[in-house]
Amino acid sequence: MGVGIKVEKLNAWFGKTQALYDITMEAPANHATAIIGPSGCGKSTFVRCLNRMHETVPDARATGRVRIGELDVYNGTAAVQIRRRIGMVFQKPNPFPTMSIYDNVAAGLKLNGFHDHARLDEIVERSLKLSALWDEVKDSLRKKSGASLSGGQQQRLCIARALAVQPQVLLMDEPCSALDPISTGKIEELIFQLKEKFTIVIVTHNMQQASRVAEFTGFFLLGKLIELDKTEKIFTTPSDKRTEDYITGRFG
Amino acid sequence: MPETVTATSDFAAAPISLWRRGMNFFATLAAAAAVVLVLLPLGAVFGYLVYKGIGSINWAFLTQTPKPVGEAGGGMANAIAGSAWILLIASSMGVPIGIGAGIYLAEYGRNQFGNVIRFTADVLNGVPSIVVGIVAYAIVVLSQGHFSALAGGVALAIMMIPTIARTTEEMLLLVPNTVREAAYGLGVSRWRTTLSITLRTATSGVITGVMLAFARVAGETAPLLFTAFGNQYWNWKINQPTAALSLQIFTYAISPFDEWHRQAWAGALILIVLIVFAVSAVRIVASRGMLKGTN
Repeated sequence: MGVGIKVEKLNAWFGKTQALYDITMEAPANHATAIIGPSGCGKSTFVRCLNRMHETVPDARATGRVRIGELDVYNGTAAVQIRRRIGMVFQKPNPFPTMSIYDNVAAGLKLNGFHDHARLDEIVERSLKLSALWDEVKDSLRKKSGASLSGGQQQRLCIARALAVQPQVLLMDEPCSALDPISTGKIEELIFQLKEKFTIVIVTHNMQQASRVAEFTGFFLLGKLIELDKTEKIFTTPSDKRTEDYITGRFG
Repeated sequence: MPETVTATSDFAAAPISLWRRGMNFFATLAAAAAVVLVLLPLGAVFGYLVYKGIGSINWAFLTQTPKPVGEAGGGMANAIAGSAWILLIASSMGVPIGIGAGIYLAEYGRNQFGNVIRFTADVLNGVPSIVVGIVAYAIVVLSQGHFSALAGGVALAIMMIPTIARTTEEMLLLVPNTVREAAYGLGVSRWRTTLSITLRTATSGVITGVMLAFARVAGETAPLLFTAFGNQYWNWKINQPTAALSLQIFTYAISPFDEWHRQAWAGALILIVLIVFAVSAVRIVASRGMLKGTN
């Protein structure tokens, strides 16, 4: 089951440059929340703050309160533990190039000391089925490297890898921006199914995509959350003038 | 209505001039000639070694220790084994330290301290090998009171470390950051990511660096002169003087005896062949685990 996300007064910096200002928002459990906004508005920084990936960049820091279910992200739990509960899918597919397809999916568990082979087989199969890649790779699980797959397949492999550690929340940072329409369609379909089990936050540049997959949409501009509402409302009757300008294509 | 922009097709349609074709031809020719110039000395050295050395290689040469001056026959078996032994000692120290230093430089050393190490490694790379031998003499031989295989191994290890450290660093930096992020995103700790993901992704490049360093020190003579010292008999003890192929070749080559000269040629041939074998063997073993689609 997914859990809800609550963010209070989140601020983030890269060195002296502030990237996020006082973000306060909620994303309900088992729903998809889309984050839209022009390039450089802090969308990616925002999702990277949710699982503390932000602080892996030298000189980057963040303050504020983030709760994922019962978990207080910035208080009392090690970053690596947080990241095991929160899966992440990146903009560019990034499978481990020297590992087989199987090892790619099992990597999160194996590298964290889980070596029960029977269970691993089961988890790898289930994760690949969830990410709709199983039928395409089941005959070459251990023979082919993750890098030998096509771009769309690689991205679904990365989703399977994120699902294998059984997270409660899945963060997707423009997961389809490097993919063709067919692969994009497959991944969107996947997001639809995954909502039953996970809470999803998806960053996207594509407003049609936001309206297709997400129940809620938040609009970011210059590091601030301008508004967050039901997707329908954002795209038809936004309450803020700036949101309307962006959506109707007046800037961005 | 904006002005229409038309690209004149003259540029694309123009025939490729004689001048450009000529330049293309000469550039290709120059590159091919450079390749030949690079390969020629290698072929010449190897061919001459085979010509001079092959006649003296026989079973006795590969299995016996040297005979006293004036007696015919004898071989370099103890020197071959000694070289292998000293190189094993050197690699068991130099490879882990070198790779470890390379990991530090690539993953943690983006700072002033890292720059100091980088500079030191580059200078160390340029230090004449005889000087490295003196250092090992001062550190190991003087404190032990006698020459030893260990001292030779230390000297060669000192020479291996900077090469391995710098190539490991370069190879790790070639691994895209997105691969590291993928591991962090799965909740894998930093040291685990470095060892199991980054280093593993860069394995083939790191092995190239190790082999480069190994091949370079395998033929070194100067640093062994007053460390391993050489030995006419078998020795497997780590703290006793030990024969080495390069030392034996040196001793025989400057001797006044024709028989020893012939043996020196044979020894040189064996040395080169063994280095080629060792490097190829490591390459084959390392590439066995490679998967389809890995570049």
